[in-house]
Amino acid sequence: MLKLENLTIAVANKIIIKNLNLKFEKNKVYVLMGPNGSGKSTLALTLMGHPLYQIKSGKIIFENKNITNLDSTKKANAGIFLSFQSPLTLSGISIFSLLRTAIAGKKDPLALREEIEKTAKLLKIKNELLERSFNEGTSGGEKKKLELLQALILNPKLLMFDEIDTGVDVDALKTIAQYMEKNREGKTYLIITHYNRILKYVKPDVVLVMINGKIVKRGDYKLAEEIEKNGYEKIVKKSKIKVQKQV
Amino acid sequence: MSQQNLNFDYKFGFSMPEKNVFKAEKGLNGKTVSDISHMKKEPDWMREFRLKAYDSFKKRKMPKWGANLSKIDFDNIYYYIKPTEKQVNSWTDLPKEIKDTYDKIGVPEAEKNFLSGVSAQYESEVVYESINKELDKRGVIFCDMDTALKKYPKIIKEYFGTLISPHDNKFASLNSAVWSGGSFVYVPKGVKLPMPLQAYFRINAERFGQFERTLIIAEEGSFVHYIEGCTAPIYTTASLHSAVVEIFVKKGARVRYTTVQNWSHNIYNLVTKRSIVDEAGIMEWVDCNIGSGVTMKYPTVILKGRKSHGEVLSIAYAAKGQHQDAGAKIYHIGPDTTSRIISKSISKDGGRTSYRGLVQVSPGAKNSKIYVSCDALIMDKLSRSDTYPHMRINEKDCEVQHEATVEKLGEEKLFYLASRGIKKPEAESLLVNGFIEPVVKEIPLEYSIELNRLIRMEMSGSVG
Repeated sequence: MLKLENLTIAVANKIIIKNLNLKFEKNKVYVLMGPNGSGKSTLALTLMGHPLYQIKSGKIIFENKNITNLDSTKKANAGIFLSFQSPLTLSGISIFSLLRTAIAGKKDPLALREEIEKTAKLLKIKNELLERSFNEGTSGGEKKKLELLQALILNPKLLMFDEIDTGVDVDALKTIAQYMEKNREGKTYLIITHYNRILKYVKPDVVLVMINGKIVKRGDYKLAEEIEKNGYEKIVKKSKIKVQKQV
Repeated sequence: MSQQNLNFDYKFGFSMPEKNVFKAEKGLNGKTVSDISHMKKEPDWMREFRLKAYDSFKKRKMPKWGANLSKIDFDNIYYYIKPTEKQVNSWTDLPKEIKDTYDKIGVPEAEKNFLSGVSAQYESEVVYESINKELDKRGVIFCDMDTALKKYPKIIKEYFGTLISPHDNKFASLNSAVWSGGSFVYVPKGVKLPMPLQAYFRINAERFGQFERTLIIAEEGSFVHYIEGCTAPIYTTASLHSAVVEIFVKKGARVRYTTVQNWSHNIYNLVTKRSIVDEAGIMEWVDCNIGSGVTMKYPTVILKGRKSHGEVLSIAYAAKGQHQDAGAKIYHIGPDTTSRIISKSISKDGGRTSYRGLVQVSPGAKNSKIYVSCDALIMDKLSRSDTYPHMRINEKDCEVQHEATVEKLGEEKLFYLASRGIKKPEAESLLVNGFIEPVVKEIPLEYSIELNRLIRMEMSGSVG
């Protein structure tokens, strides 16, 4: 469903990812791991069309369509979703008005409101959070739950979760992971994480390790366990890659 | 008539043929001033008041601060136009072109649904007026200032021009010399108006000056919410709107004054507004400036009585060619007085907003509390925003909080919204409406919907 062909990505003219080739299939869960600064978020933000991430060469093929140069609005409407690593605050805008604007014309506003309320209840999101300014005064767990809530309402095809398990307490993580697992049918997941704990609930099909913008290792669930135990050092040594210090 | 639709998105930019009863000669001199007074059959004191004010106007130089006013050509403006023979209290009795104007703006519709009274000024005169009969019986007065001067000469003489002297500033002097129309509101002791009063100001003629004069007296323990709206046709030539508003809030009374200013961009809007508040009284200005080419306006509250409270909540929006120089002034004189200023400004496509504010705490205003917050949102690199907050604190025992933010419309916020499938114009208007939400929620629903719509329209209209 998603194919990256020779993708080279730069930020402020510095190349972060070079000649990346990857294929993602429907109904599968992919996990992307790697040290900080290895290019995981860069990949997710580029696939979402962030204007500061330049595609220097290569192609993004999504459902047999070349979407390399589409802007983020069009990418989103094609069915790509990103759950942000650090979701920002939007003063004076509630999640209701955000989603109402996003879905404008496609759903009846009242039905949409009920759907949001119902989904929020499942995710154990307090009702008052729906009315107030988006993410204003919310905890880490609530922020990530609101990201997942949007994914469940917008119903995309490719869901990228950038560290949805960071800054989240045990109970919130459990709720989030359960509903990720529940809704994975027909979808493609790309989970960016440093930890194993979320993978206990959402079983990955493929685990990818990215270092310095390159996929250096590919494996299954066991690879994630190994990394949690031993870190990246062994893989780094084996692959003979020098880890650049993050600027 | 040289109507030009320069901005297709301004819904109220249409003009009607002029069928005036009387139009003064262009330009201003002492004779025009006494002619206006003579025609209105005013008492001598008012004619003298006008002539003294005219002297001040001539002597005063243009303000050197604030917006650029150098293009105002005082000789090229009509200072008085009488549109109809007499005032009516039924819309159907108005000449067709005037009735059509108000229909298009939607005033009669609003009157039916949620207003206690309506006054409609067209050019220099109030052409329509009505008040809820029940309120009339309870002694509430809501009429135009000219009628008030005839019917209630004693009370007008007692209050008129006492809060804003005819020598206060050049434009207050001009208004005092040639004023016509405006509202007089008197709310007797203990009467609380259940629904707002609305005054609607319309300029139709080209190169015209509208100088309405408003006086509101809220007696002890009373409450009134007064709303004013304004629109004008789009002309290539400049017109002038220079009002004076004086408000007296007596002990324990509360007055809320809401403005939704949507003049066309060829209007200079130079207004002096001031209120004085007695013990435990509350004065609230809700001031939204969306239209006009240049606005200079700083609603003022003088907190005279102990425990009185003043608020100025404002929104300013400036697009290409517009400069909104607006703000607030609050004087703490009595002890235990509190005030709150919240200003939200947006500049886009080369527009300019300036917040200009003064908070003064006099010796003896012990235990007074002040909160000032001004936020500016700059939509692009062409646009500009400045803040001029002045504080004169002459009493140690007081608490002052001041917050100011300048925000550029963030790439990250736009990206976040885009990642949810929201197109850029919708994302921008969502962010802008979110930004002004703290002020908008204070405005009656009917107006907040209109305000959000206006801003959405202004924003989409000004692309390219």
